[in-house]
Amino acid sequence: MQRFANLLDCLTTTPSRNGKLALLVEYFRSAPDPDRGYALAALTDGLFPRLPLRRAISELMTGRIDPVLYQMSRDYVGDTAETVSLLWPDKRATRPSPTLAEVVAALEMVPGNAVAPVLGDFLDRLDVRGRWALLKLIGGAPRVGVSARLARTALAQMSGHDLSEIEEIWHALKPPYAELFAWLEHRALRPDVSGKPIFRPLMLAHPIEEGDWANLSPSDIVAEWKWDGVRVQIAAGGGDVRIFSRSGDDISGSFPEVVAAFQPYDTVVDGELLVARDGIVAPFNDLQQRLNRKTVTAKMLREYPAFVRLYDILIDDGEDVRALSFDARRERLEAWHARHHPRASDVSAIVRFESFAELDALWNGAREAGIEGLMLKRRESPYLSGRPKGHWWKWKRAALTIDCVLMYAQRGSGKRSSYYSDYTFGVWRETAGDDGQIVRELVPVGKAYSGFTDEELLRLDRFIRTHTTEQFGPVRAVEQTMVLEIAFDAVFPSTRHKSGLAMRFPRVHRIRWDKPADEADTLETVQKLVVAPTDSAGDAAGVAAASR
Amino acid sequence: MGAAGVDKWLYPTDRGLYCEPGGFFIDPSRAVDRAIITHGHSDHARSGHGAVLATRETIEIMKVRMGPECAGTLESQALGEKRSLNGVGIKLMPAGHILGAAQVVLEWNGQRAVISGDYKRARDPTCPTFEVVPCDVFVTEATFALPVFRHEPAEQEVARLLASMKRQPERAHLVGAYGLGKTQRVIKLAREAGYDAPIYLHGALVELCALYQRLGVNLGELRPATTEKSGDFEGALVLCPPSAVDDRWSRRFPDPVTAFASGWMRIKGRIRQSGVELPLVISDHADWPELLDTIVETGAEDVWVTHGRDDALVYQLGLMGRKARALSLVGFEDEDE
Repeated sequence: MQRFANLLDCLTTTPSRNGKLALLVEYFRSAPDPDRGYALAALTDGLFPRLPLRRAISELMTGRIDPVLYQMSRDYVGDTAETVSLLWPDKRATRPSPTLAEVVAALEMVPGNAVAPVLGDFLDRLDVRGRWALLKLIGGAPRVGVSARLARTALAQMSGHDLSEIEEIWHALKPPYAELFAWLEHRALRPDVSGKPIFRPLMLAHPIEEGDWANLSPSDIVAEWKWDGVRVQIAAGGGDVRIFSRSGDDISGSFPEVVAAFQPYDTVVDGELLVARDGIVAPFNDLQQRLNRKTVTAKMLREYPAFVRLYDILIDDGEDVRALSFDARRERLEAWHARHHPRASDVSAIVRFESFAELDALWNGAREAGIEGLMLKRRESPYLSGRPKGHWWKWKRAALTIDCVLMYAQRGSGKRSSYYSDYTFGVWRETAGDDGQIVRELVPVGKAYSGFTDEELLRLDRFIRTHTTEQFGPVRAVEQTMVLEIAFDAVFPSTRHKSGLAMRFPRVHRIRWDKPADEADTLETVQKLVVAPTDSAGDAAGVAAASR
Repeated sequence: MGAAGVDKWLYPTDRGLYCEPGGFFIDPSRAVDRAIITHGHSDHARSGHGAVLATRETIEIMKVRMGPECAGTLESQALGEKRSLNGVGIKLMPAGHILGAAQVVLEWNGQRAVISGDYKRARDPTCPTFEVVPCDVFVTEATFALPVFRHEPAEQEVARLLASMKRQPERAHLVGAYGLGKTQRVIKLAREAGYDAPIYLHGALVELCALYQRLGVNLGELRPATTEKSGDFEGALVLCPPSAVDDRWSRRFPDPVTAFASGWMRIKGRIRQSGVELPLVISDHADWPELLDTIVETGAEDVWVTHGRDDALVYQLGLMGRKARALSLVGFEDEDE
């Protein structure tokens, strides 16, 4: 437990992904079983069931510290778990610190009203880092900036196995993952997961580049609309349904209606998770309301109904069809869907075209229709995990751009901590003043951190330092003279921002050193680009239907 | 005699703590005719006083930081030596805070008051250890006066720094440390732990380190971090003022591990604020148990709290059945940065 606590402590202050990976690999290589397995569980799916932590803490602190001093400390520190870990007396010299396995076993058994004494005993046996880690783990989230995928990437690195091999069997394994580590250390064969729901890493597409077209002929490829949702794999079998994200995370819990729809089948399909009302796809913003939810209310199910648009089939009623060609699998998918009619799903439409000129026109229409772009797939291609070259391509619609004025800048983190690299930019809002004259003021519309070269970053940094008008902590307000051409994928109405707008994927497209700030775009111009929640999506479905 | 009436001859004013029969201030916040200075940090030692009394080391520090003309006269008094000024007995005793730091022991009218200045009890190889002086009134700081503050041993923190350097031998380690006291303590502890390579310094730290060496604190080979070409700093230990860690100056070091040596690094919020990768809990000030132990050991009947978290300390002393009050002196900064 103490070693894992030290690892978590280091992870919280290590900014770079590679630095985190190195720490994780070192830990997984050297920590003993079963502790490292529980540590892995803590970093991926969570370790402890819900315990009445708040009550236990208040029981423990009563009588141990004066309430006024506790409150002063809590106010200063700003976090209950951290305050308790700092206040707790150091007693550990006399007794050995507990292993993670011991803590897991004890907390699994303990009844809710007896948590405090058990917890108190463990706190007595840990140092300040250990106490903090324990309380955070029980609280459910040790926020150390490590995703489940990063933890699994560390396993791949320590073993030399492909990440996809680990992701495939991941969901069939349970903590403390003894057989997984045995395989990673080449002491045993890969765990046998037959008969359990497993994740088969998805087949991914490459962005299409100019040179690719020469090797393609319209008769060899199939086109589909590229829907802007969450790509998923649905694995159903033996009454169990899992929805996996692209990175192999199990997101079934957030989408009970989709789980229920696929419950009777023995199949694995690939598709796009969307929010759709009466078959009309809603913008990504609506889907976002449903992501990362532990519990789903009836109201959410009603207001943001989830839906899967199917792209492909991997297991057809028990039969593995991944080796078949796209055309053959497509036939299987249509037949499977026609046979079973699962609720909350349909099959992605094929976009018919005779020539690339025709396809080009369709692609140009995608913007107005609110569709992300087109997918191009070779008719001959089998279903291959990963991102194989020369099989699938994504052809995203061109980004939108507007000219904005730089308003605020903030320092970046990690390698960029000495640079002002996070930019808030705005556009002009025009209102009629008292005297009927038009008054213009800048309102922020978004924030961007990328899109510029290192050299441009240096120049921007210099500009910001020499044109600062005000400083608020780490943020500088700058003279409103610098025009940034911002590229973005879409813009939505938002109540969170002063401008009433929120952008998807904004990035700096060009720095317009040449352009006067007066000539930057107005809020009105940006408002015209807004994707309305349902109307234009309706058009999108219209396009899809018309092209069938 | 007890503490009753001490506040008739020693009391706070808008310029700082004033000893009336002696006619002098202690660490005044503005220029005065006569001042006793506990130590060289800039919120305690200011320029422009008529006459200054302090330890020799503190006077040397003041001269380096503010120039030889920083006061009308600068008079030194050795630690432990006693003198009398207008009938007030004055003794300077080690405070263990930084080199030259002294507690001011005043005797008048059969009563004794000790003004601790800033102090700590933990070991520090760059200055003499704090000595408890029994007294009627103890004037204490309260920088870290919250029960969450229990500093780790500084030796252990420096060991963590050296271990990180060993683990990542290709990266320079850039340690933000206050230029007077903290910097030299970190260097000295690293030397004690066996680190004998040259240590690199930001320009702002060079003079004070040289002064420490002249005053007999051996810090080993120090080099300015300005002369080398980038790449030469691979695996180097570099010290700089905290504000330089993420400023443009630090760009000369490719992908450095950033560290910050401060008592505040016990708190995650402060770590996040500082943005450093390696927080080191190293403090020049007493932590909560040290503050309480010291007050009890002095046997003082009355405790006056100068600056910091005076609310928590006064409250706690009340729980312990002791008389305590906050002086609310102005001019002291959020120390240990």
